[in-house]
Amino acid sequence: MKRSDLTGPRLAAVFLLGSILLNYPILSIFAPLRDVAGIPLLYAYVFGVWCLLIALMAFIVEQRRG
Amino acid sequence: MLQGWVIVLASVAYLGVLFAIATFGDRRAEAGRSIIANPYIYALSLAVYCTTWTFYGSVGRAASSGVGFLPVYLGPTLMVALWWFVLRKLIRVSKAHRITSLADLVASRYGKSQLLGGLVTVIAVLGVVPYIALQLKAISGSFTILAHYPEIVMPAKAGAQPVLQDTALYIAVLLAAFSVLFGTRHLDATERHEGLVAAIAFESLVKLVAFLAVGSFVTFGLFDGFGDIFRLAEAVPRLRALMTVPAGGYATWVFLTFLSMLSILFLPRQFQISVVENVDERHLEKATWLFPLYLLLINVFVLPLALGGLLHFSSGGVDADTFVLTLPMAHRQEALALLAYLGGLSAGTGMVIVETIALSTMVCNDLVMPLLLRQGWLRLHQRRDLSGVLLGIRRLAIAAILLLGYVYFRVASEAYALVSIGLISFAAVAQFAPAVLGGLYWKGATRAGAVAGLSAGFAVWVYTLALPSLAKSGWLPAGFLTSGPFGLALLRPQELFGLTGLDEISHGVLWSMLANMGAYVGVSLAGRPGAAEANQAALFVDVFRHTAGLERARLLRGGAPVQDLLPLVGRFLGPERARDAFAAYARRRGLPSPEALPADADVVHFAETQLAGAIGSASARVVVASLVQEEPPGLEEVMDILDEASQVRAYSRELEQKSRELEAATAELRLANARLQELDRLKDDFMSTVTHELRTPLTSIRAFSEILLDDPRIRLSERKRFLSIVVKETARLTRLINQMLDMAKIESGNAEWRTTLLDLNEVVTEAAEATGQLFREGQVALTIHPATPPPLVLADRDRLIQVLINLLSNAVKFCPAGAGRVEVQPVVEGGQVRVDVRDNGPGIAPADRETIFEKFRQGGDTLTAKPRGTGLGLPISRRIVEHFGGRLWVESRPGQGATFSFVLPLEAPATGAEPSDPATAAARPL
Amino acid sequence: MAHRILIVDDEPSIVISLQFLMAREGYQVAVAGDGEAALQAMAASPPDLVILDVMMPKLNGFDVCQRIRAEPAWKAVRVLMLTAKGREVEMARGLKAGADAYLTKPFSTKELVAEIRRLLAPGEGTP
Repeated sequence: MKRSDLTGPRLAAVFLLGSILLNYPILSIFAPLRDVAGIPLLYAYVFGVWCLLIALMAFIVEQRRG
Repeated sequence: MLQGWVIVLASVAYLGVLFAIATFGDRRAEAGRSIIANPYIYALSLAVYCTTWTFYGSVGRAASSGVGFLPVYLGPTLMVALWWFVLRKLIRVSKAHRITSLADLVASRYGKSQLLGGLVTVIAVLGVVPYIALQLKAISGSFTILAHYPEIVMPAKAGAQPVLQDTALYIAVLLAAFSVLFGTRHLDATERHEGLVAAIAFESLVKLVAFLAVGSFVTFGLFDGFGDIFRLAEAVPRLRALMTVPAGGYATWVFLTFLSMLSILFLPRQFQISVVENVDERHLEKATWLFPLYLLLINVFVLPLALGGLLHFSSGGVDADTFVLTLPMAHRQEALALLAYLGGLSAGTGMVIVETIALSTMVCNDLVMPLLLRQGWLRLHQRRDLSGVLLGIRRLAIAAILLLGYVYFRVASEAYALVSIGLISFAAVAQFAPAVLGGLYWKGATRAGAVAGLSAGFAVWVYTLALPSLAKSGWLPAGFLTSGPFGLALLRPQELFGLTGLDEISHGVLWSMLANMGAYVGVSLAGRPGAAEANQAALFVDVFRHTAGLERARLLRGGAPVQDLLPLVGRFLGPERARDAFAAYARRRGLPSPEALPADADVVHFAETQLAGAIGSASARVVVASLVQEEPPGLEEVMDILDEASQVRAYSRELEQKSRELEAATAELRLANARLQELDRLKDDFMSTVTHELRTPLTSIRAFSEILLDDPRIRLSERKRFLSIVVKETARLTRLINQMLDMAKIESGNAEWRTTLLDLNEVVTEAAEATGQLFREGQVALTIHPATPPPLVLADRDRLIQVLINLLSNAVKFCPAGAGRVEVQPVVEGGQVRVDVRDNGPGIAPADRETIFEKFRQGGDTLTAKPRGTGLGLPISRRIVEHFGGRLWVESRPGQGATFSFVLPLEAPATGAEPSDPATAAARPL
Repeated sequence: MAHRILIVDDEPSIVISLQFLMAREGYQVAVAGDGEAALQAMAASPPDLVILDVMMPKLNGFDVCQRIRAEPAWKAVRVLMLTAKGREVEMARGLKAGADAYLTKPFSTKELVAEIRRLLAPGEGTP
């Protein structure tokens, strides 16, 4: 099961990705007060990344099952 | 219509539903048809993480710090990605070692230390009490607010009311009762509560639905969607700030993320649900994305709610912590308000129930029981069943913890918002991280290190976070905070060592974690783990290698027949010892034989104790409990484990053995090396000796040849004399080369041996004939004393003659001319024949008696009597004799001659009748 | 006056050849069979030159040479060492022990005679 062996490293990569995207200094790029379709930029960004992380984890874990 | 009694009724009805679900869940579990055995229930139950802090407090925090409420949920989302490594390992370890709480985990990891178990329990209880107080505050607050419907009145300051009129007290009592009902209805050895988990999952559903309902109502009912709220808020300068950089800056953001990452693992209720109550490791997979999704959903409406509330109650006077409840109330949405209240209730009760159960397990197992056992108060051997005592302790513990929570609520909670109280608890449980995570991955971590780290971290936590909370509530002088204890500004608890610029939580987390990790790592590195610790360390760190077969072992209490237990124990103690032990035990119980023992829990306990001596208590527990299990495959599994365990033990013994062998081998090698060096030196000496021996005759030959060539006028007699020297030296050179080749052949094993049956008398005679000329020249008398009957030996005829010629010519050389006497005498002795060659020469000095047998060493050293020889005769003779299983040596007293003797094994006449060589020695004419 | 030469060797045939060669050159010859005998012979009447074998019983050539060099009275005595171990190390050891010349066995008689003549030539005698 080659794929299952990769589950751990892949999830670790998601962790690193999230840790970088949701922290200073990347976060500060999105700090300026601006709107994205009526939603404050920072708010939209954080929730967007959050959704992305969940989607990635779901993909990694569900793909493993088959 | 929302009078007090309606709310109470709704609350009780809700709790009733919960109880029904729990009961149903337990029934189904007993029937073997678990309703929680699926990943969705597991993921929902994990959402016990979201308490009233989330339900009410997030909106409050968002109202003051904008997106600053999010790290508390982003941290767990990130940590979930690492669950694959960390939580899976925690679950595996806990199942393998029947670990039922964090305290148990830490104690077990560091060599089953009662001290550590107690320490963790104390930290957990003291750390979590504020968190429980938070729930009491939120529930009683929401109750009070809702009871004043339709007016919106903030609850009075906590502690302002008399205790008996305080809603929080009744809520605490009610929660204690429910916790007792849920958690301690019966004693389960595994500390698993399926019904409870089902109820918690239901609660998670309720609070999510309630929050989403309120959020939707506010966002889409009161306002025109997200965009509308944000647009309106942006018009207000104060609110605009909430939509950008979080308050407290990025440092707070990072610290909160870090803190909540640890909390999702180490809050007692999270450990209880995610590890202890986990039914199947595989549920973790789906929870990996379902749980963060839940967190995301419950946070979507937080900022809109906060902004909506701030916009709506722009005049102030309404605590933002209550917006979830007060916004529906303000718009006369009774049902929605009640739903919001129930959502808050579910968030609070879920937390309190699981938390107190988890804590009560710790208090009972790791604090009270060790004390009682030490006191001997329980008289364990007299009691059949301790479960009653245990349940009593746990119930008392639950009540005591809730009481503590209530006291903290009355004393200190007013000074802080909900979220801040929760964060103090987060910081407390974060102290477990180094000891637990280090324990999972670092074998070198020691008990002393864990104790030091936990103590240091906890002490700093108390100083920088707990004491200030008391000070702010007026229980300590305010000067303690502003100017430090005793006026020492450097020690100001919230600006320790002059560190400013961090919020109080980050400040406390930083110092406490530094102290904790520093002490943990430092003290661990300063010492070595003891045997018990090292053993547990290996079991924990390498859990994925050690316990492949253990994960399915579900453990139940019960009895087991002695026919099963006896072989089990015998497997470790040896069948005889086990049988003796069981027989003695049976006699103590007044039974005639082990077979008469009933299959009860006492026998199981006895077996466990016996095993504990051999394999350690934790292993013994697992082993016996697995046997007690009802499924038939259990026994085989156990046997597998046993084999594995004994293999591990055998392997470690083997390792020890190997290392001893290795040491021995090293010593041997060192010796061999020294010997090789010695041999190398000897070889050099030998080569140089050979060179010398060859050059000496060559020198004479060359010198005389040149003399004869250069000078034709040399007298004839002189010429003759010189030529005879040349001939003699040439012969010496030839002999030397022959013997060296001979020696080389013998030493390399390439010599040809023609072994036949020989008569030694005859060999002696032949050698005497060959050396007759020498004796005549030297005027030495030779006497031979033949043995009777003729001694027969198996040897190479020519070689043996060579030996004797060598001995005889040596003897002649040493004998004084004229008066010399040499005697040769074969003597039969036992199974062998000895041949003595005796002379009356000067004898051999003791120092030379062995060296003459070395190559190129010659005895005697006077110039005149210098023996003429190659220095190889005796060494070759000795090799020849040894080849035929004999020995060659010399005995001598200086001045009284020397006797060279050799022995050879005697060939029995019976076998001698059939010689391998038809021309037998005996047939030869003498 | 004829130079006096002491031959020190434990191999009779080599001694005989050396004796003949030295006598033919007109030197006065004495013989010693080992190191101790050599030193005794020297004490009795010091020679001008010693032909010294290295591998001998009792006292080997190196030791004899060192003894000679340690004795001020024998300062003028030339030492020619003969060895059957033809290795550079041996040669260095011999020269270090104070030998004036060093020949390897088997030696060329012409070379030996030439070497002895050189050592006994006037001007070579005293440093």
